[in-house]
Amino acid sequence: MSASAFRRHLTSRVMTALVVVLSFTAVLALVLILGNLVAKGASSIDWAFFTKSPVPAGQSGGGVANAIVGTAVVVGLAALIGVPIGVGAGMYLAEYGAGRLGFLVRFIADVLNGTPSIVVGIVGWTFIVKPTRHFSALAGSVALAILMIPMLARTTEEMVRLVPNSLREAALALGYPRWRTSLKIVARTAMGGIVTGCLVGIARIAGETAPLLFTALGNLNFTLNVNQPMQTLSLQIYVYATGPFDEWHRLAWASALVLMGLVLIISLAARWVTRQRYGSIR
Amino acid sequence: MVASANTRLRLETSRLTALFGQHRAVRDVTLLFPAHTVTAIIGPSGCGKSTLLRCLNRMHELTAGANVEGEVLLDNVNIYAPDVNPVELRRRIGMVFQRPTPFPTMSIYENVAAGLKVNGRRPRPEVDDAVSRALQQAALWDEVKDRLHTSALDLSGGQQQRLCIARAVAPQPEILLLDEPTASLDPAGTQRIEELCHALKRLYTIVIVTHNMQQAARVSDYTAFMYLGSLIEVGRTDEIFTKPKVEQTEAYITGRFG
Amino acid sequence: MTSLLGRDRSDRIYRRVLTGFALILPALILIILGVLFFNALPALKRFGPSFLWTSTWDPVAEVYGAAPMIFGTLASSLLALLIAVPLALSVAIFLTEFSPRWLRRPVAFLVELLAAIPSVVYGMWGIFVLIPFLRSYIVPPLKALFGWTPFLQGVFYGNSLLAGGVILAIMVVPYIAAVSREVLLAVPTSQREAALAMGATRWEAVRSAVLPYGRAGLIGAVILGLGRALGETMAVTMVIGNRHDISLSMLQPAYTMAAAIANEFSEATTATYQSALMEVGLVLFVLTVTVNAIARILIWRVARGAAVGSSAL
Repeated sequence: MSASAFRRHLTSRVMTALVVVLSFTAVLALVLILGNLVAKGASSIDWAFFTKSPVPAGQSGGGVANAIVGTAVVVGLAALIGVPIGVGAGMYLAEYGAGRLGFLVRFIADVLNGTPSIVVGIVGWTFIVKPTRHFSALAGSVALAILMIPMLARTTEEMVRLVPNSLREAALALGYPRWRTSLKIVARTAMGGIVTGCLVGIARIAGETAPLLFTALGNLNFTLNVNQPMQTLSLQIYVYATGPFDEWHRLAWASALVLMGLVLIISLAARWVTRQRYGSIR
Repeated sequence: MVASANTRLRLETSRLTALFGQHRAVRDVTLLFPAHTVTAIIGPSGCGKSTLLRCLNRMHELTAGANVEGEVLLDNVNIYAPDVNPVELRRRIGMVFQRPTPFPTMSIYENVAAGLKVNGRRPRPEVDDAVSRALQQAALWDEVKDRLHTSALDLSGGQQQRLCIARAVAPQPEILLLDEPTASLDPAGTQRIEELCHALKRLYTIVIVTHNMQQAARVSDYTAFMYLGSLIEVGRTDEIFTKPKVEQTEAYITGRFG
Repeated sequence: MTSLLGRDRSDRIYRRVLTGFALILPALILIILGVLFFNALPALKRFGPSFLWTSTWDPVAEVYGAAPMIFGTLASSLLALLIAVPLALSVAIFLTEFSPRWLRRPVAFLVELLAAIPSVVYGMWGIFVLIPFLRSYIVPPLKALFGWTPFLQGVFYGNSLLAGGVILAIMVVPYIAAVSREVLLAVPTSQREAALAMGATRWEAVRSAVLPYGRAGLIGAVILGLGRALGETMAVTMVIGNRHDISLSMLQPAYTMAAAIANEFSEATTATYQSALMEVGLVLFVLTVTVNAIARILIWRVARGAAVGSSAL
């Protein structure tokens, strides 16, 4: 092998190694973070943790029951608002989005997907907190829904586009009108993927904090009233982690572990749905 | 070709031209499809035979920029008249495509019944009857009668295509359009479908597009040969294949081009 | 005999309904812009363009200048990109070019998981793990080597621009990696194969055939990451120190626009204070929308309108 060929191959080897090393450094960060979470949080998790509400500052014990339920309520309500709109917009993009309006909507959805979540919180504050003069879970849900809608629009569109055109044709040839083809055949075939997209979106907003800072605000007590401020796991972590008490820090780790667990479960459920669907297609 | 006094005409085209934008894919075709016969349309790739087929049930116009001139008459009514509802029309004409397209989220039963539901709800026993009748007509009944409610995707390719045929005939259309139905099947599957054509013409008028000349010879009563969008020759199948009148037809049939 | 007459109105209704849903998206962006702009109007009128380069932020005297926040936003994001881009591109290249098949799914899954970690959890990890680590193992050698530069002046107490930049880098890596990977996957294999067939080494094939082809998209991926970093709130506010101060030294506390809004919005008791924060929000929003729009245009050139980077992120 000539000298220059040797040098080229050596460069290739070196660059390959560099790429591999850097990749694993990045992945290492993940392992470290998750590892820390488990190590520092696991010991604090017991039954009381899940069932009790926070105790006064400085005291030990207490749990995050109100935060867990609050997360479910705020996220659930946000999904109720965001899923129909997001999926509907996604269906529009897939079925009728070839023209100029479709191009515009698609571009706006992509741009909205990068909006800072704190700005969305401001919108929720302006439209619900300000007129009603109090903070509420509803305001938080509206803010989270605004985050969800562009996300779901794009994932829904992508999933519906995957449905082969031959299926549409077969339905149309049977005498299905366009709307029925779109709903009963196309959407139904893409349903697994659409659900996956929704679950992924839900997992993402379950971890959001910024939009809730001045909408849902947080609440030390257990409540189910969406017109009142409500606590979520993410808010709880923020308060505890930035607080002065060691006891709070301990609870913050545990809460973070619970939140990560929740996000992980939903993400895995999303993958499981996809596998179910595509497992049966030849 | 002259229709004899005994054969009724269900379907015919009259100076039909099909366009994609400015491009004429079908040029000025006048073709008669006598009732209860099988007519094969043959020709090299790109001759417009599939496009012609898709004009018969107004599927052609679903492509952006596609247009039609001339007439297609179903029972002497022009299906392209402005007051005709294409959706309703397609319920009277069944179509089977090149690749089997069973609806993946539905069972065998639901697939066959899919075309029945568009006309409104029917009582369950009626649907059951229609499904079994259609599956029998498609020669699939014996193979699936014990697993009607399992996924349609579990069937083999040939079975799926017969399922599509069952789905197309379940609403009891008058015309059956087959667009290269055996193109993706193995010889055994192909043979079963060809046998079906003979059986089904008792009930329906069949138009089959095929790039396989031997298939046309086996299956059809009349054959139409198309080239570059124009109808070159049409006649009884045995005549076309033994004594073609036009030189181009003979050239195609003897394999001099294709 | 079934009638052939009549037209189906349901199709039109269906289309109208779906269009209605779709129109909510442009409405949203206008609403956000409108809310920010109208609420910021008093501040805009009062402070004018000097808002952007004044450094004083005094709620008592009601003088507001956003320069420190803008500086901090840009500086932390820039620092984040400097760290994140080599890491993220390596991951993307590794996954598409060099990785053995069995390793692909697990690594891709781990990267996706990194993206799924909530910002507040990153922030907490930043406070309790990263900052002590920086203080003990990273800053001393950095100061020893580069302490003479203006970038590493002063005492490191923990909450700093450096911590903000590092945590942003970690958060942005999976995002850039995922989008880059999708961009690289869109490069036709014929490009690689042609290079390899001409005798190029693995690395040369990547560098000369794949990367140039996907260059626009990769730059787009990086800019998308930038957009994400600019708007990041929780993790940043928990580690950056939250001080209205401009300093070239990474070891000093700093502030970002998003962090300022998060911290001060609830305390903004006067109309002017609130309006000033709204103006900060407006600047942030316009900045991120512009950056994202540029990124998307670049990515579209390569991926042709596919929904790149919208899943799991």
